[in-house]
Amino acid sequence: MTSVNITPEARRRSAASPFARRTKRFGAALFSILATLFGLLFVTFLIARVMPIDPVLAVVGERASNEIYEAAYKQLGLDKPLVVQFLYYVRDVVTGDFGMSTLTARPVLQDIARVFPATLELATLATIIGVALGIPAGVIAAVHEGRWQDQILRFIGLFGYSMPIFWIGLIGLLVFYGKLGWVGGPGRLDIYYVDIVPSITGMILIDSLIARDWTIFWNAVSHIILPASILGYYSLAYISRMTRSFMLEQLGQEYITTARVKGLSETKVIWRHALGNVMIPLITVIVLSYATLLEGSVLTEVIFAWPGLGNYITNALLSADMNAVLGGTVIVGLVFVGLNLLSDILYKFVDPRAR
Amino acid sequence: MLFGKTIAALSLTTALVMPMIGAIPAAYAETPPNMLVVAHRIDDLISLDPQEMFEFSGTDYANSVYQTLVDYDDLDFSKGFGPSIASSWEISEDGKTYTFKIAEGLKFASGNPVTAKDVEFSLRRAILLKKTPSFILTQFGFTEENLDETLVAKDDSTFVLVSDKKYAPSFVLNCMTSAIASIVDSKLVMEHEVDGDLGNAWLKTNSAGSGAFKLTSWKPNESLTIEANPNFSEGAPAMKRVIIRHIPESASQRLLLEKGDVDIARNLTPEDVAGLSGNEDVKVLTDMRGRIMYISMNQSDEILSNPKVVEAIKYLIDYEGMADSFLKGQYVVHQAFLPLSYLGELQDKPFKLDIEKAKALLAEAGYADGFDVEFIVRTEQDRLDIAQALQNNFAQVGINASIVQGTGKETLGKYRARDFQIYVGAWGPDYPDPQTNADTFTHNPDNSIEAKLTGKLAWRNAWAAEGFTERTEAAVQESDTAKRAEMYVQLQKDFQKEAPFAIMFQKTEQNGLGASVEGYSMGAAITGSYYGKVTK
Repeated sequence: MTSVNITPEARRRSAASPFARRTKRFGAALFSILATLFGLLFVTFLIARVMPIDPVLAVVGERASNEIYEAAYKQLGLDKPLVVQFLYYVRDVVTGDFGMSTLTARPVLQDIARVFPATLELATLATIIGVALGIPAGVIAAVHEGRWQDQILRFIGLFGYSMPIFWIGLIGLLVFYGKLGWVGGPGRLDIYYVDIVPSITGMILIDSLIARDWTIFWNAVSHIILPASILGYYSLAYISRMTRSFMLEQLGQEYITTARVKGLSETKVIWRHALGNVMIPLITVIVLSYATLLEGSVLTEVIFAWPGLGNYITNALLSADMNAVLGGTVIVGLVFVGLNLLSDILYKFVDPRAR
Repeated sequence: MLFGKTIAALSLTTALVMPMIGAIPAAYAETPPNMLVVAHRIDDLISLDPQEMFEFSGTDYANSVYQTLVDYDDLDFSKGFGPSIASSWEISEDGKTYTFKIAEGLKFASGNPVTAKDVEFSLRRAILLKKTPSFILTQFGFTEENLDETLVAKDDSTFVLVSDKKYAPSFVLNCMTSAIASIVDSKLVMEHEVDGDLGNAWLKTNSAGSGAFKLTSWKPNESLTIEANPNFSEGAPAMKRVIIRHIPESASQRLLLEKGDVDIARNLTPEDVAGLSGNEDVKVLTDMRGRIMYISMNQSDEILSNPKVVEAIKYLIDYEGMADSFLKGQYVVHQAFLPLSYLGELQDKPFKLDIEKAKALLAEAGYADGFDVEFIVRTEQDRLDIAQALQNNFAQVGINASIVQGTGKETLGKYRARDFQIYVGAWGPDYPDPQTNADTFTHNPDNSIEAKLTGKLAWRNAWAAEGFTERTEAAVQESDTAKRAEMYVQLQKDFQKEAPFAIMFQKTEQNGLGASVEGYSMGAAITGSYYGKVTK
């Protein structure tokens, strides 16, 4: 046994109670989150203010007289210095006030609470589809590296990754809704079912289950399945590609050979041992892909008239509805930060070394 | 076998997803018989308060939910305005005092009776709120200070309006049909007043009208639902519910229409309209809109202020060629400043592409070899296409035109500052009376740069409009409607010859309808759509 020089610093660190260590780590994490969000607020605020669209015109229209224009200009607080505007904005955001949307005449937070469940529902289902198909596809491709199974799966993945979602969406609608009539059209429900089931979570699939209304549940399924499959295909392409490369790395490791020598079945070696180890880096991949979908799969939402966050922010941007743009961006930022945190926690949960 | 097992695992996960596709009950093939579903781009809707809104979708909404003192027959605009909330009216000798009798037995959707007090409240509210469209009413001289004398309910059934001077009755009454003159339920609105806002915050997202429908729900950028008003004076409409869904994409709208999931598709591109031909379940309705496309020449420019040059340029435009190619289905050739379907419309189209004639005119003007000129154009596809087509034609007579693109704000800024040579523009009327466009195209009481009459296109082009200004003022005061119409016809004929504007096109709109849909009005150039008489 070799002697180890322990620095006083390290001794102090190891002497600190686990509670203190955890608190410190939590503090650091919190600080980094807050700094990230503050930076996000600052940058989006600046961009919103220098954009060549006029938020006042968005409120009063091009024909407004100077008097009306000035009144709205003041009402929006645009007559104050930029720094003051920003400080006011931060103060409001901290107290949970994202301001009023000029487009909807409602509080931005209320708007987001209304549109976010639609995106959450779509992104979650898409991720489930992407994971359920993407991981097996990646594993199979890796096991059959270079052979026809691999070639086909890689082609499918590449196709999904390179085709514009806009185009796949329209073709999907045309074929499965237009020609075959297997699925519902744009929107979350056939229009005459809207507002029948009380909104509890805002996610129609869950709300209709709670209300035990099967007609509405299946109608909602028929509407969500196509956009979710298209988005799911997109995330499948990414997840399977990453799974394949992680698996290839694992399959070359010594422990796999050892396991095989020990006489473990191929199924166990691949699906339990190798995949088990791959799950750890895969979590980050899955969470990232989920976050991307939550951020608003804008084009898909537009094509499918899906009233979600992506659609909301796009519309707000096109109409110079700056409070809504800022509010939406902050929420997206929060989602990203939150999911990153979640992925860290999961990581520690799955990987003993990280504990 | 490993492969077999992996396939099994794959199939299992697939099996979780695929049956959902197969087992889904097929989407219903048609909408319920007493419900009208409309696919429409409604992201321009920012407020449902009739004294505030000024957008196309807003006018549609106001038509269905509110009534005005006088109104049009939505299925025949050529009749002009007729009674609505006012059953009759009288105009004083001096032409300034209008006394309206309120029809008996009218009720708001709330059940409250419609009285002259509601009319007084609504019109005063339009002045006091000072929102963008308020100028439609303030042009009659109403101000915050004089409301007690100018807009007055004498009793429950008599309402009196006093204008600052004599105007053509058709002008006053046409303006009374516009959305801002909608009559709201004063009792209901004032119950929701906050901080002296006259119920503005509440009315942005609620309705208080006496029209064919009342508001059920508005989810911005998602849907607008209105339902039949049982108290409507003309009897509850056949459609119990009208749902307008925000579907921005033309291809999606067409698909929904063809599948029978919507009854009306409002924003179809010419390609999608062409794609509908041959489908017997669908019909296409075409109607005029108020938007006018034109080019104008700045009269402070030495070359462009030469009348021969102006005339030559009017012969350098391939009106038919553009309307039949890239503008097909969106615009038709129109060469007068009043949109067709307006009082005093002029159908004459004296100009067509004539290169030889243009050459001769330029030679007479002393520019046989042409000259250099600059277009300013807003970055918008149809305007850019027009500018390029013009550039090609101009080149044939030696006029070397360059195109400067910009955002709406940039080009509008230059236009309003008279800092341009040729402007490629569009203009839409603000209210359903010829004065709206006459005032902007032919009225310029002070052409000096200091006058800053930026709202008037004649001024923006530094065109003194001599003779025209006086005639425009006379026309807006002419009591005899037929005579007034004739004055606008003559005004437009002379405008075609002399003005530095070449009016080129008028907007048309095509809507796709389910074959059984009847009684739907698109509103022509005059107003918005109306769903109150639809049956299917």
